[in-house]
Amino acid sequence: MSNKMKKKLTPVQQEYQAFAKEREPARPVAVNSLRAFLVGGAICVIGQGISSYFLWNFNFTEKTVGNPTVAVLILIAVILTATGIYDHIAQWAGAGSAVPVTGFANSIASAAIEHRSEGFVLGVGGNMFKLAGAVIIYGVFAAFVIALLKSIITMLGGV
Amino acid sequence: MLHGHQTWIFKNKPAIISSSVVGGPFEAKGPLADDFDLLHGDLYIGQDSYEKAERKMLEEACEDAIKKAGYKKEDIQFFLSGDLLNQIISSSFTARTLGVPYLGLFGACSSSMESMALGSLLIDSGAAEKILCGAVSHNATVEKQFRYPTEYGAQKPPTAQWTVTAAGVGILSTKGSGPRVTSATIGKVVDMGLSDPFNMGGAMAPAAVDTITAHFRDLNISASEYDLIATGDLGKVGHQIAADLFKKHKIDMPEDIFTDCGLMIYSDDMSVFSGGSGCGCSAAVTYGHILKRIKQRELKKVLIVATGALLSPLSYQQKESIPCIAHAVSIEYDH
Repeated sequence: MSNKMKKKLTPVQQEYQAFAKEREPARPVAVNSLRAFLVGGAICVIGQGISSYFLWNFNFTEKTVGNPTVAVLILIAVILTATGIYDHIAQWAGAGSAVPVTGFANSIASAAIEHRSEGFVLGVGGNMFKLAGAVIIYGVFAAFVIALLKSIITMLGGV
Repeated sequence: MLHGHQTWIFKNKPAIISSSVVGGPFEAKGPLADDFDLLHGDLYIGQDSYEKAERKMLEEACEDAIKKAGYKKEDIQFFLSGDLLNQIISSSFTARTLGVPYLGLFGACSSSMESMALGSLLIDSGAAEKILCGAVSHNATVEKQFRYPTEYGAQKPPTAQWTVTAAGVGILSTKGSGPRVTSATIGKVVDMGLSDPFNMGGAMAPAAVDTITAHFRDLNISASEYDLIATGDLGKVGHQIAADLFKKHKIDMPEDIFTDCGLMIYSDDMSVFSGGSGCGCSAAVTYGHILKRIKQRELKKVLIVATGALLSPLSYQQKESIPCIAHAVSIEYDH
């Protein structure tokens, strides 16, 4: 908690929070990190396998193989979400299943399933990007800023 | 009748003449499965949305309790109920089905005891003779409203809790036999500045301690008066904090009688993090398991302290802390 927040608390609240904190089990950060590493890595290995399969069997190049690979990973993630398996994997894996493209697919598919009961337009359409929207907005914005920086550096005679 | 600052003593001792508890598939795997009147194998309960499923559970519990009491719907004079959905739709829509005069309550997870306390007060004051009161919660609707979509892969911390899918209702009446409601203490809102919605137990524990302390003070009694003191849904984390708070304040609270409904409804091997939560948790455990034990004479006098976190998804996103409340109801059976 930031110091600014702490200042607003009364001494009684601060005392209780310290008291409660001692009795709360902490998030197992080390174990979670290891699991995230394993599962995130495993998803990447699966992605590499799919890429290699497409490269060997179809007319793809290193540059073009990315799209079908991501599409297959998304499809797998959506099927696992729809069958109610993905959230169980995620509880175990944490960031390992949230950071790769499968996590992004899961955030969209889960929101779409969740809001199906409110109809296709306001329900599914309006809520599908409830979680993913933030990723898109800040992803696009970050890409824009980086591209701008790169252009400026190039213009100034940089790399 | 007011006694002390915030406690009512019910001279007429309203009896819980019948009760009914309906649960979901996960609760059916728990240790209290036998204490449910009806268990569903599917979270949707044959409905096309989780919200309708939640409502259906409450309707079924109400109908069953009315049937068990040998009444008809028209015999019920007032229906008092609460739930966790926006605008308490589950309770209000059930009231529409029942077609009886209705008062909707919101006390978050404390609604179960808020409705029982107010129902008992109405009966004690002579404003009613037969009251149906209860509460309901559904895991998927609460996840949807307060957290993320049910299938979204977010990792929950060990302090998180599992919302119980259950409805619990009871019929209070001055006539008839059954466990009797003798007193109730209405809690005040306690906010210790905690703002993590994945640690409700830690936020609610001080409210439970405050209400229990007020109950003892108002009635000039101690914990030894009771065979069981059960908080609503503090979970492992909140229960430990509450127990230690009693020690800190030098209030005697024997470990063998102090428990939590959120710890009773699921077994240790079920992955529910800190324990159960939701209005359905204290409602189902009280109207099912605890009343059964009272009737079997295992318990003579119990205090149920339903705890509620009065936050909304909006207040949480605006970085507000979580105000909490607890209401205590004392139930006893004079055999």
